[in-house]
Amino acid sequence: MKKSVLAVLALLFAVAPLQAQDVPHSIAGLRGEATLGGDTMPPPIARTEDSASRRVRNYPEQPPTIPHEIDGYQVTRNANKCLSCHARARTQESGAPMVSITHFMDRDGQFLAAISPRRYFCNQCHVTQQRIDPAVANGFVDIDSLLAAERDKE
Amino acid sequence: MRALISLVLGFWRTLSRPAVHLSFGFLTLGGFLAGVVFWGGFNTALEATNTETFCVSCHEMRDNVFAELKTTVHFSNASGVRASCPDCHVPHEWTHKIARKMQASKEVWGTLFGTINTRDKFVAERLRLAKHEWHRLKSNDSLECRNCHSAESMDFTQQGPRAAEAHQGFLVSGEKTCIDCHKGIAHQLPDMAGVEGW
Repeated sequence: MKKSVLAVLALLFAVAPLQAQDVPHSIAGLRGEATLGGDTMPPPIARTEDSASRRVRNYPEQPPTIPHEIDGYQVTRNANKCLSCHARARTQESGAPMVSITHFMDRDGQFLAAISPRRYFCNQCHVTQQRIDPAVANGFVDIDSLLAAERDKE
Repeated sequence: MRALISLVLGFWRTLSRPAVHLSFGFLTLGGFLAGVVFWGGFNTALEATNTETFCVSCHEMRDNVFAELKTTVHFSNASGVRASCPDCHVPHEWTHKIARKMQASKEVWGTLFGTINTRDKFVAERLRLAKHEWHRLKSNDSLECRNCHSAESMDFTQQGPRAAEAHQGFLVSGEKTCIDCHKGIAHQLPDMAGVEGW
């Protein structure tokens, strides 16, 4: 009994230094190998995708991502550049999709004449996209693929 | 009234008589030299007041519109070509430049008497001031934009698909001019409620 405890302890002490060496690698993660005080070279800023075609949504409630550049677009108390194309009255000329009717609803479910103030700041939900290697892998599978996998099992 | 008429007549009599003491050479050459000095001075003053340094020497411009310009593509961009105040706000052609300069004398008055000497006053007047510029660019078919951006030289294949479509549909056809769509590209926008296209 005593011998086995000693053996376990010995093993622990033998392994501990190894683990201590491994730890920095596992913590460093996104930040790279820099020490706490040091700086790492940040990746270059990726170009925003700029196209006119819509992207498919991953699930029905997903706020559609913005397929085009929005550099310099002012969305302030005074003006909303997004709405100069996406507002109901502007869509014929611009050819842009109209903002969803849910955005005209206030929190009591009443439809307003224009975009509800709580939906005014587009970039709270809608964002541009860039072609980059994601820092954290994403294992999202959409519902159609899930259902198809289920069907295949049967 | 009679006194005024006699004054004008007296002045005319002096002008119409030959000079008694000054030589013909002095008057012609002196006149020519005075003309050169006057015209040169006038143009120098015109050019000196047509620089960004001059515009920004008033804090109304430096703290409001110039500070806003610095964040936009007309100040900072990939190629490093940038627009300065007079590139967009003063017509380049002489006659219109003089007309605009005369209008701008009111801005000198404004800065002397502090019409918009605080941020709040400026923000309160922003819509009116912006409307002046939109109106000017609308009525001259966005001439100051076109001094650099020529529709003939635009390569639509190099533009984003949305820009190419809009420029081919609206700009080339003459249906719209630059400022119709590109408001607020160099400065912050005023309250756009009621402005066409917003």
